[in-house]
Amino acid sequence: MNNILSTSVIRFIILVLVQVLICSNINFLGYINPYIYIIFILLFPLKNNRLLLLISSFLIGLTIDVFLDSGGVHAAACVTAAYARPVILKYAFGMLYEHQNIRFGNAELGSLIGYVSIFTIIHHIVLFSLEVFNIFNILVILQKALFSSIFTIILSVLIIIIFSRNSK
Amino acid sequence: MQQIINFVIRNKTFLLFLVLFSLSLILTIQSHSYHRSKFINSANSITGGIYGSINSFSQYFRLRDDNHRLLDENRLLRDKLYNRSTRGDSVVVDSFNTDGTYKFITASVYKNSYSATNNYLTINKGESDGIQEDFGVLTSKGIVGIIDNTSDSYARVMSILNSKSRINAQLKNSNHIGSLIWDGKSPHKVQLVDVSKFAPVNVGDTIITGGQSSIFPKGILIGEIASYESDVSGDTYNIEIDLFNDMTDLGYVYIVKNRDKEEIELLDKTTNE
Repeated sequence: MNNILSTSVIRFIILVLVQVLICSNINFLGYINPYIYIIFILLFPLKNNRLLLLISSFLIGLTIDVFLDSGGVHAAACVTAAYARPVILKYAFGMLYEHQNIRFGNAELGSLIGYVSIFTIIHHIVLFSLEVFNIFNILVILQKALFSSIFTIILSVLIIIIFSRNSK
Repeated sequence: MQQIINFVIRNKTFLLFLVLFSLSLILTIQSHSYHRSKFINSANSITGGIYGSINSFSQYFRLRDDNHRLLDENRLLRDKLYNRSTRGDSVVVDSFNTDGTYKFITASVYKNSYSATNNYLTINKGESDGIQEDFGVLTSKGIVGIIDNTSDSYARVMSILNSKSRINAQLKNSNHIGSLIWDGKSPHKVQLVDVSKFAPVNVGDTIITGGQSSIFPKGILIGEIASYESDVSGDTYNIEIDLFNDMTDLGYVYIVKNRDKEEIELLDKTTNE
């Protein structure tokens, strides 16, 4: 238990730093940034209860908000995605989730990509809707969400595979 | 009572979700109203410190560009200095007013963003350096934004690339004013709206800050006109401006303090009553 806690705390700090110092300054084609800090919520231990998951997601979102001066948009997006996580897990992994024994590092690649993709798209759509905060700019919202999602999904899947294999 | 408690326990995840989500929504909405986003901002010692330590590395990679920028600015200032007597005193647009109304403070940009709808910068000067809210921020090439939040040693700047930003600006070759806004699309373009139909607008004309606000001195460069069109009402022009400043690449900035600001504001207040 202690081990899981310390892993989570270290993961939290590293992901926040990587996000605000590197990933938010990429600005590929002017506005496309990956939001890889959501790996923290993606890899949050399955056995822990959902209340803790929601609170941790809120905290990491709020931390990112403080660094990026974005009000509360990351917190809102994280909380929404974290609330939807069990449903996405069930959809992507099916039976494995029922038995609560998914290992993200050596899960089937298709299921992993499905899980990360759905999660990222939900997160990004909430994020950019709140950030743009104008329903008349729905095209801008969808455009930003789509391109950033592609970037985030590719990076997240790669990072999960690379780092999980090592720690086995 | 029993049933209420049961209900809360049964739906505790959903209720917590609702609470946290509405909390974030409140913070988001608050950040959209000017001068109310006190709580969540990067002008605090933790974020400032982390950005600062990274900046102390990354500034070495910018030395070359910074030197070029300084040389350019020195050349510009020398041009102004030695050509002063020949230019006469008719339309000297001098951002460095010599009578001491404006005080300039230099600062280093710790964080810059330009891809969001509401962009902010974090700089390494704060209240202890005499920085307060509503001071203007500019570079040698043009304006950057307005200070909107300060802590002890850091300050947050609301960039002109922010949907809340409204800055008074005017055409250089006439005195027609308008307000400078940003549509959130390109970090190299801003818009000047509410310019009178009588103004002589030509593509390529220079736009400068107007003297109507007490934040910026009159005559700070902003950009040049890229295109213009009539407003739907037909009474005003909407002008698209190419910024002189590259907002995506800011190393050092100047903060401008107007010593007469309080006096001007006091005067405004008394005449409004």
